[in-house]
Amino acid sequence: MESFINMILLTLLAVVTLGVVRLRNLFAVVILGGIYSFLMASVLIVLDAVDVSMTEASVGAGISTVLMLTVLYMTRVEEAKPVHTPILPLFVAGVTGAVLVYGTWGLPAFGLSDTPINTHVGMRYMELSVPDTGIPNVVTSVLASYRGFDTLGETTVVFTAGIGVLLLLRRGVSLARLRRKQQEEEKPS
Amino acid sequence: MRLDVVLRVVTKLMLPFMLVFAIYVQFHGDYGPGGGFQAGVIAAAALILYALMFGLSAAMRVVPTWLVEKMIPIGVMIYAGTGVVSMFLHENFLDYDALNHHSHVHAQEWGVFIVEVGVFVTVSSTMIAIFYAFGGRGR
Repeated sequence: MESFINMILLTLLAVVTLGVVRLRNLFAVVILGGIYSFLMASVLIVLDAVDVSMTEASVGAGISTVLMLTVLYMTRVEEAKPVHTPILPLFVAGVTGAVLVYGTWGLPAFGLSDTPINTHVGMRYMELSVPDTGIPNVVTSVLASYRGFDTLGETTVVFTAGIGVLLLLRRGVSLARLRRKQQEEEKPS
Repeated sequence: MRLDVVLRVVTKLMLPFMLVFAIYVQFHGDYGPGGGFQAGVIAAAALILYALMFGLSAAMRVVPTWLVEKMIPIGVMIYAGTGVVSMFLHENFLDYDALNHHSHVHAQEWGVFIVEVGVFVTVSSTMIAIFYAFGGRGR
């Protein structure tokens, strides 16, 4: 049953990807991107990765789609004709895909319990999470307690990304000037 | 911004539930899926929905730009500050045992709680700030 659901979801993913490639209307492409994220979130739920699925649904389908739509509001909705032939990108994508498929041959079979990832430190976290931290959700206890240092790094990455995007988008316009501009715009309405 | 009245009413109905769900995901992260990151994104999504329906300036009156841009570093400071406090209490950096000397488990729970608050503050404000920056450009 589980593999059946997975097959349906993965087929739908392929269909959505084809739609993204074929369509020239960027509005439809952005919406299909959101649908892709929701399908991916469903796949992750089937794989029992509920935390990752939640992140995918909120970030991939929610915030990213909204940001893309905001960008579309500023640009044109129709995709421009490509200037180059698609042969080189197709070649690069094909080779990358082939290498990834080749890489999966080296992975252990799906769902095995005696793989290195499930036997050493992973099992230790599963056993010790409740007596150590009192937190039944092992994802949270690993993220915030056992590997708290990594999550500090992650938070810093989000911080750096935010600061970087703000610096790029604003480019020299000070906050005071921005506020003045806003007030001027608010007055007539 | 003249929009359909149905969308406006439905948005107003949904907003409190979205915010409560964000709080639920934040504080229930120990027992269910979720945590600071997801809760931050959901809270930011609630504000972005408000901005989409009622205009960017209305959203900026609720959560002004200066507040958002101060919250981005404050979240990292809460997180790193937890580590510094535990160092001052003669433990290793980010070793939560320093937060409660009587109970190891309670100390861990406190540490995780504070750290997740830091993640929430940074993530939600970063999402809102990026949306404000994009949305404020087109006009």
